[in-house]
Amino acid sequence: MPEHIAEVKGLTKKFDDFIAVDDLSFAIGKGQVYGFLGPNGAGKSTTIRMLTGLIHPTAGEVLIDGESFSRNRMRALQQIGAIVERPDMYKYLSAWDNLRIFARLSRKHIPADRLHEVIELVGLKGRESDKVKAYSQGMKQRLGIAIALVHDPELLILDEPTNGLDPQGIAEMRELIKTLGTQMGKTILISSHLLYEIEQVATHMLIIHKGKKVVEGKVSDLLNPNETIFEVRILPDDSIMSKLQEKGWGQYVAEGGNSSTLLFRMHPRKMPGLNKYLVEEKVHVLEIRSKHSLEEYFLSLTNENNAGAGAV
Amino acid sequence: MLGLELYKIFRRPRTYISFLIMTAVTFLIQLAMYVDGKSFVSFAMAGVGEQFDIGGNILNGYLVTYIVLQSLLIHIPLLVALVAGDALAGEANMGTMRLLLTKPVSRTKVVLVKFIAGIIYALLLLVWLAIVGLGLSILLFGTGDMINLKSDAFVMLLEHDIIWRYMLAFAFAALAMTTVAALAVFLSVFGDNSIGPIIGTMGIIVVLTIFSNLEVPLFNTIKPWLFTTHMIAWKGFFDAPVPYDAIWQSVAVLLLYIVLFITATIIVFNKKDIQS
Repeated sequence: MPEHIAEVKGLTKKFDDFIAVDDLSFAIGKGQVYGFLGPNGAGKSTTIRMLTGLIHPTAGEVLIDGESFSRNRMRALQQIGAIVERPDMYKYLSAWDNLRIFARLSRKHIPADRLHEVIELVGLKGRESDKVKAYSQGMKQRLGIAIALVHDPELLILDEPTNGLDPQGIAEMRELIKTLGTQMGKTILISSHLLYEIEQVATHMLIIHKGKKVVEGKVSDLLNPNETIFEVRILPDDSIMSKLQEKGWGQYVAEGGNSSTLLFRMHPRKMPGLNKYLVEEKVHVLEIRSKHSLEEYFLSLTNENNAGAGAV
Repeated sequence: MLGLELYKIFRRPRTYISFLIMTAVTFLIQLAMYVDGKSFVSFAMAGVGEQFDIGGNILNGYLVTYIVLQSLLIHIPLLVALVAGDALAGEANMGTMRLLLTKPVSRTKVVLVKFIAGIIYALLLLVWLAIVGLGLSILLFGTGDMINLKSDAFVMLLEHDIIWRYMLAFAFAALAMTTVAALAVFLSVFGDNSIGPIIGTMGIIVVLTIFSNLEVPLFNTIKPWLFTTHMIAWKGFFDAPVPYDAIWQSVAVLLLYIVLFITATIIVFNKKDIQS
């Protein structure tokens, strides 16, 4: 039995000349609540759309429970429950009708008891006969989760589930995700552009920026206050990345202009050792900047993104 | 899945607008004929009446139904396009396409189910037209021999020789409306709201109908290949003798268009990135 419920290998999506997702690889282990973090426009939704078969990848592959998504689309989708972007439903129908329709499409026999069970789980008991057009955004999100859960999928994918919710709705959604993850043992991929949202519910985390992986690991490790993020700008060197990876230094490389930016997460005491190693390997170091923490680093990505958006 | 699709269609209030429009237009024509039909018939028969002595109930239910069908020639495709053009584009517009396609349903099946639901809708529309058009006209105006006035001739059909013609005409109209539904579903695959596919369908039908009716040598070569040329072949059932060869040819051309539109829809939809 495969160790990972979902594996993404070298996933790339190009829209004409724009690369939305660039050679992205990661794996989601069974039982993990996997936070998928990135500033707006980082490529999260495009990745999720490829994970759910809505968008065809330009290159790369998605494996669900060890099997290729593209070759076993039906089987893969039976194991996935997803809300992609907004939880849009048939507004002129009741919540119960929506749930019943999408349950019937799951290719499994789902008894009415199960429908009642998920309605109760998401806190919509007593409101299931109301038309969806009368629902608040928070209720729609919860109904969306009920629809995603109704066929008891192996992997639940929630794309920015707190978007558009008021503070109480956000808190309720967070509790629901915690219940699903920690108490019910569901494997969940949850995307967000807010680090603190992911921090509170996820066991593992991946940060992407401009379609590329920045950093991946356990939330407890990544947010370790004893470690600092260092950005090291060097002149391009083809061989140094593999050497750094072999030695356990390398985290991420972002090409920019005539230099490359390497990202390292380590205790500040280890930095001189890394610097010495780079000099010994005849790498031209242009600049070393410390970002202190992952929060600060992520904030700088978000600010950079917002500044870019403002300039357009 | 087809049951779910029909449930979705018939739970929408706007689905019934088509039935209401058709009923209203039919009632208006019947009312006009009831009030002023005799002078309409004598005006239409002015030339014929001088050469032939025509007696009996000329203004009967069969003639009124024929007038209703002629009047609704362009309306029924619009009403079919209203629902079929919404098939895929409507899901994209509501945002439900994402939820639908993240369920284990093949995209080919989605297209076929939407198309079949469109056909069922068109059939129900025609059945309703048969009830309010033919049924009510017979109740209001009675039966009798039917005069089919053409530009260069007139055909007299005996009372007992008409009902089967209407049944075949409605069956043919169902095929013609299936072609419209197939075109609307095809255009629907490109849109993220249903306005474009509905207007597109009607635009294509109007333009091609003009080509089909224009007596210009340039268009004569393409006319036999336009589906609009063949959509009105139901009129052949009110000729004597019925031109069966021409009608079968029309059936073949319409079937070819249906297969082409649906195959193209399936190919495009399977390749499409869902970004709505």
